[in-house]
Amino acid sequence: MKRTIPLVIVFTCGFFMLAAFFIPVRFVQDTSQMLQNWYIGVAAFFVFIGIINLIKINLEKIQRRLRDWQYSFILLGFLFFMMFAGFVLRGHTEGPVFQYMFNYFYTPCSATMFSLLAFFVASASFRAFRAKTPEATLLLIAAVIVMIGRIPVGYGIWHGFPSLVEWIMTVPNTAANRGIIFGINLGLISMALRVLLGIERSYMGGGD
Amino acid sequence: MFWIGFLIINTLNIQVFDTPNDDGSSITITWPADISLKGMEITRSLKSSGDFEKIVDLTARDSIFQDATVQRGIDYYYRLKWNDPEGESFSNVAGPVRAQVQLLNFFRLQNIGLLIAILFAFIIFYISHAQSGKKLTIRRIPGLTAVEDAIGRATEMGKPVLYVPGINDIDDPQTIASMSILARVAEKTAEYGTTLFVPTCHAMAMTMAQQVVKEAAIKVGRPDWYNIDNIRYLTDDQFGYVSAVDGIMIRDRPATNFYLGTFYAESLILAETGHSTGAIQIAGTAMSDQLPFFVAACDYTLLGEELYAASAYLSQEPVQLGSLKGQDLGKILFIALILFGVVARLLGWNFFYNLFSVQQ
Repeated sequence: MKRTIPLVIVFTCGFFMLAAFFIPVRFVQDTSQMLQNWYIGVAAFFVFIGIINLIKINLEKIQRRLRDWQYSFILLGFLFFMMFAGFVLRGHTEGPVFQYMFNYFYTPCSATMFSLLAFFVASASFRAFRAKTPEATLLLIAAVIVMIGRIPVGYGIWHGFPSLVEWIMTVPNTAANRGIIFGINLGLISMALRVLLGIERSYMGGGD
Repeated sequence: MFWIGFLIINTLNIQVFDTPNDDGSSITITWPADISLKGMEITRSLKSSGDFEKIVDLTARDSIFQDATVQRGIDYYYRLKWNDPEGESFSNVAGPVRAQVQLLNFFRLQNIGLLIAILFAFIIFYISHAQSGKKLTIRRIPGLTAVEDAIGRATEMGKPVLYVPGINDIDDPQTIASMSILARVAEKTAEYGTTLFVPTCHAMAMTMAQQVVKEAAIKVGRPDWYNIDNIRYLTDDQFGYVSAVDGIMIRDRPATNFYLGTFYAESLILAETGHSTGAIQIAGTAMSDQLPFFVAACDYTLLGEELYAASAYLSQEPVQLGSLKGQDLGKILFIALILFGVVARLLGWNFFYNLFSVQQ
C-alpha cells in the first residue's frame, strides 16, 4: 500500500498530462492546468521547509562549534536581517535597506561567481585542446578556426575565415547537436513510459 | 465539422472558420495583408445585417486573427473595417460561423502521437520479451560502469562522495532521472559505509533525496548509516548554490563527485573546482549546451539520453533493460525516417515531407 498509492497517483496524473496534449476538450485542459497549479502550491509550501532545514543545520553547527561554524553565524545573520528588512522595515522588499543589501551585497557576490566562468573556460579548454588523440586534434583545429574566425583579425588574415566558421557552426556542429537532442528526447519518452507504468520506481526510494 | 464562409471584396478576401483542433473556444479570421490599408479593425455581429461591434484593432501587416471571446455553438458574422481617404470602408460580411469542440487534436495525433505510439510499442515488446526470460544485451556505458569504482575509490581513501542532483526542481525529468541514479549510488555508499553528501537547490528535491537515500540505506541493511544532515537544502539561487557546493568541495575534499541532472552556466564552475581538488568526476546531463564543459572537465560524462538510461542500466533488471532495448529500436526507426526524408526531398517526393509538416 505504501508504494501502490503513490504509483496510482503518478500514473493518473502522468496519463492526464499526456492526454491533455492530444485532447483539447475543456475539462481535460482545465484538469491538467489544475494539476499544474497544485504543483505550484505545493512548491511554495516547500520554501518554508527549505528555510527550516537551513536554520536547523546551521544552528546545530554553531551550538556544537563544528568546523567553520563562523560561516554559519554569518549566513544566519544575513538570512534573518534580510527577512527583517523585507517583512518589517519601511517599503519592505522595495525599501532602501532591502534594496541596498540586494544591490551592494547579493548582486556583486553573484556576479563574482559568474565571472569565474571566464577563467574556468580557459583552464578547461587548455586541457581539452591538448592534441593527444586524433579526436582531440580535430577538436583543437576546429576550435582554433572558430576562435580566429570570430575576431576581426581573422578576417584580416584570410577573408574566408568567417564563412568557414559559419559552415562549421551550422553544418557539423548543428548536425551533432541535433543527433544528441534526438537521443535525449527518445530517452525521455522511454523513461516517461517506465515511470508511468511503474517499472521505474527507484526515485521513490528503496530501489526496486 | 466546421463552417466556412468567405467573400471577395475588391482586392480583400476575408475567410472565417472554426479554429481546428481546439476546445471550441475560438474562431479564426484570415485575409490577405494589405499594407496600404489604415485603421483596420475586426467587427462582429450575431446577425448578418445587425450592428457590428469592434473586437480588435489591427495593423496593416496583420493577416490573421483568432477571436477567443466567442461562445460555443452560436453563429457569428465578421466584417473588416478600415479608413480610406474618402471615409470608412468595409469588407462584405463573412459567416455564419460557429466555434465547436474537437475531441482530438488531429495534427498532434497524426505526427507526434503516432511516433510516440510506435516507440511505446517497441518498448513494451522488448519488456515482454525480457519478462519471458530472454537475455538482452545492452551496449556498455563507460560512465556508468565507473560508478562503483569511483565509490570504491572514495571508500579506500576514507573520503566522502558528493552527489549534485542539478539545479532544477523535481518537475524536471532530469531531476527524476538523477534521483533514480542517486538510489543506486546511495545503496553502494551505504554498503561501503562511505559518507554521502547531497546538497540540493530546492527544498522539494531535498525531501525526495532524503527519502531516496534513507530507503536505500534500509534496503542494504544499514539504516544507522543514514544521516539526514548530509542531504541538505542550500539555496534556490543559482550562483549561491554553486559557491556553497564549491565550499563543500574545498573544505571536505570529496574523492568522488557526481553531477547528474540539469545544469546551466554553473556546470563548468563546479566541474573545474572538483578537478582542482583531485576528485574523480562523473557527470551527466541532457542540457546539450553544457555537455562540452563536462566532457572537458570530468573523467566520465553521460551524454544526454544516457542520463535517462542510467537507472535502468545500473539496475540490470531484465524488464528495465527491455525498455532500453526498445528505445534503441525506436532510434533506428527514426534514423531510417530521417534518411528516407532526405532522399525523398532530394527526389522531390513531397508527400513524405508534408506528412511531418509542423502545424499547431
